Amino acid sequence: MDNIESIQKHIRNYIMVFGALAILTVITVGASYLQVGVVSAIVIAVIIATVKGSLVASIFMHLLSEKKFVYILLGVTALLFLVLMFVTLFTVNDQVGIHVS
Amino acid sequence: MQIPYTVEPRPDTGLHNAKIGIWLFLASEVMLFGGLFSAYVLLRTGSIVWPEGSSILSVPIGTFNTMALIASSVTMVLSWAALKMNDLSKFKMYMFLTYFLGLVFLIVKVVFEYLPKFEHHLYPSESTFLAIYFTLTGLHALHVLGGVIVNIYFWGPGSKMWETEPERFTNRVEVAGLYWHFVDLVWIFLFPVLYLL
Amino acid sequence: MTEINRESIWTKYIFSQDHKVIGLQYAFTALFFMLFGFALMMIMRWQLAYPGKPIPANGFIWVIGLLGVVITLIGLFRSKKNVITLSGIIFLFMAWIIIYLTSGEGRMPEGIMIPDFYNSLGAMHGTIMIFLGVVPLLVGGLGNYVLPLQIGAPDMAFPKINMVSYWSYFLGGITMLISFFVPGGAANSGWTSYPPLSDLATTGQTVWLFGMVLLITSSLLGSINFITTVIQLRTKGLTWMRLPFFVWAQFVTAFLLLLAFPPLEAAGVLQLMDRLVGTSFFLPSGLYVGTGPLPVSGGGSPLLWQHLFWFLAHPEVYVLILPAMGIVAEIIANNTRKPLWGYRSMVFATIFLGFMSFIVWAHHMFMTGMGTTMTAFFQTTTMIISIPSVIILSAFFISLWGGSIRFNTPMLFALGFLPMFGIGGLTGLPLGLASSDIHLHDTYYVIGHFHYVVAPGTIFALFAGIYYWFPKVTGKMMDELLGKIHFWGSMIFMNGIFLPMFIQGLAGISRRLYDGGESYLHAQDVLFWNEVMSYSAWGLGLMQTVFIINLALSLRNGKDAGSNPWKATTLEWSAASSPPIAHGNFDNVPEVYRPAYEYSVPEASTDFIPQNQKEVK
Repeated sequence: MDNIESIQKHIRNYIMVFGALAILTVITVGASYLQVGVVSAIVIAVIIATVKGSLVASIFMHLLSEKKFVYILLGVTALLFLVLMFVTLFTVNDQVGIHVS
Repeated sequence: MQIPYTVEPRPDTGLHNAKIGIWLFLASEVMLFGGLFSAYVLLRTGSIVWPEGSSILSVPIGTFNTMALIASSVTMVLSWAALKMNDLSKFKMYMFLTYFLGLVFLIVKVVFEYLPKFEHHLYPSESTFLAIYFTLTGLHALHVLGGVIVNIYFWGPGSKMWETEPERFTNRVEVAGLYWHFVDLVWIFLFPVLYLL
Repeated sequence: MTEINRESIWTKYIFSQDHKVIGLQYAFTALFFMLFGFALMMIMRWQLAYPGKPIPANGFIWVIGLLGVVITLIGLFRSKKNVITLSGIIFLFMAWIIIYLTSGEGRMPEGIMIPDFYNSLGAMHGTIMIFLGVVPLLVGGLGNYVLPLQIGAPDMAFPKINMVSYWSYFLGGITMLISFFVPGGAANSGWTSYPPLSDLATTGQTVWLFGMVLLITSSLLGSINFITTVIQLRTKGLTWMRLPFFVWAQFVTAFLLLLAFPPLEAAGVLQLMDRLVGTSFFLPSGLYVGTGPLPVSGGGSPLLWQHLFWFLAHPEVYVLILPAMGIVAEIIANNTRKPLWGYRSMVFATIFLGFMSFIVWAHHMFMTGMGTTMTAFFQTTTMIISIPSVIILSAFFISLWGGSIRFNTPMLFALGFLPMFGIGGLTGLPLGLASSDIHLHDTYYVIGHFHYVVAPGTIFALFAGIYYWFPKVTGKMMDELLGKIHFWGSMIFMNGIFLPMFIQGLAGISRRLYDGGESYLHAQDVLFWNEVMSYSAWGLGLMQTVFIINLALSLRNGKDAGSNPWKATTLEWSAASSPPIAHGNFDNVPEVYRPAYEYSVPEASTDFIPQNQKEVK
């Protein structure tokens, strides 16, 4: 990463990613006007956000060229994040008694 | 007494200490915001009515803030790239833009979002939507503020380290950049969840 | 390059960045908090043995006070060691706090405990023991001091952050102490702080929340340091499978702390919002309190708190046990003069345990109305997680087979740990099975179970570690006779306190009852155990004075230890006894050539080969 050309190539990538992020922001706002059900709206929004987030993570945060330890750490963290999100939700949905429909 | 691998990477891991430290910290932050996001999910699925974000929050202002933060992410990584190219003045310019955009984000949030809400008596205590909105964006804003302060330090007095230990200073800016990008990343998820759904 | 140059008393001792000083600061502070937390329980046990009776002239307060006076005088006039004088002063301070607590309106008017105060004592006993006592001693104290030495490092990866993490802990501890003095007293909604009760509790709960934020900050900073240090600062030749098991245990523990605490921090923020800003994160709609409906927006979920809390609190119990197992491993290998049996299995079991600990939490919530699917899920993961614990415990037992066992004080405590942890673990099984948990949840059975694991479990391991590493820290040996008295006395009284709890729990006595079950018909036959348990608790307290006196005397007069009195193999023993502060730990940076427990190698002339010794001599 130390010679001028490779850094300038990276700079070009950063600018391109900025453009992509701007466009995706417009898309996500536009998508919110679509008349779809709540679940579909959530899925669309999360997918677009994930794409944007992946761009930030892989290009700005240099994750594409990171080392094994960082990948393992983030993999474990992502797994636990999903556990926190979904297992709690399943627990509530599986509740006996009063249901909120 | 010297701590090894503060600047040069350790051969078998390929990393220097602060890089590992910041990723560990960011992993914990993922779990912190994860806890709040899971609160959002539980509260929303457990509620009989939940307002559409756009009916309470201003999408244009949110979009503007999103663009500001994304732009500041670009300027942040460009400031680091400038250091890799030994250009201190360019670094200072980009770093200034970074924290300036961060301050813009905060001022817009407080002046054009929070204060008007309070004027209309839309406090966090009014509804669970407002409660989670203020808590999520408030905690995020505190993180932005922290990043702004760190960035001002590196733009100002901290940049003296460039003269004596340029590589160590570049690493510090990279590490601060990772934090800053993460704060942007959180907002990339917060914005659609709160404003658009 | 990080150079540490000019030193004053502030930079050398108080705001030190040296892991050994910080480790001692943690250990010193944590031991006092443990004594204080234990004192709270000894007060509670008066109420449980003799509900509604006025507490007598505070017998043990005079013990603490007397200890304080004696130790202060020793420190000032005989030994002139500042740490002894400081200890004496802290003992006096502690005695004063206890006198304050056992009297006065809102607490114990005329010496008779009011129920709300009993609840405060209970909540603070738990909080202080776990977050201010055991974990800081285990991780902040022993971990900080020993780990860098065991991996041949000059210090932790981030010395400044290490210092901040101690002071954050200290401030958190002071905050928790202050909570006793605010109007309404300390937090009284259990260490688990369940809403809606905690949302509506007195000011002490808010102070508790702020204290927790400080403590969680300390923990996060510490775990970042530990993980980075183990990865980056292992000395040459110290590969992963040559690491002492103590290091593996601390490493996995640090990951648990790193990833499990933040959701509790999030929950703490939400509860603070409820209490200070009037939100309803945890307050359901239609809640009536006292005379009328609560004027809040409602729509919140008390279960949300429970999920976020237990997401931390379950991994937390593995934080409590893993480093303890690490300590026991070191001491067993050393005192059997043979390598640990099944080192690889233990390492993989520990890693597996770490993962599993994140997906069992709702076994604390079997009674919250979850459906059969999720209940079965958590029951299954809970049963599975017992496997790695059994692997580790079995490896310890098998390690004893064929060993030349030396029954010194550290080994006695390590050996005592084994059956005690066994009882603790086995009694956990009916709690992890949802059907039997229906009967046992929130009874004294639970209290018996977890205390067996933490008290004659982890705390015995802590004692073992202190007796074992005291010579490294101070260059002196602790007294063996006093150590043996301490061990046998503690062993007997620990069982006297906690064994009857299973009986009371099976009989159906609920936990957190301020009268110990006296007003319940189903409790009458087993009530007499309360007196037995209380006298055992006071006896256990008395036994700890033997330990305290041993510490003070050995600091002054202990036999010279040399650098490796136990003839151990791991790297910390090749550093000087009482390694120098802020000047690196080793005269020459060690290089490692062999695994961690090369005891009784056939061709060798001695029965141990240090890790950094190249040839078999």
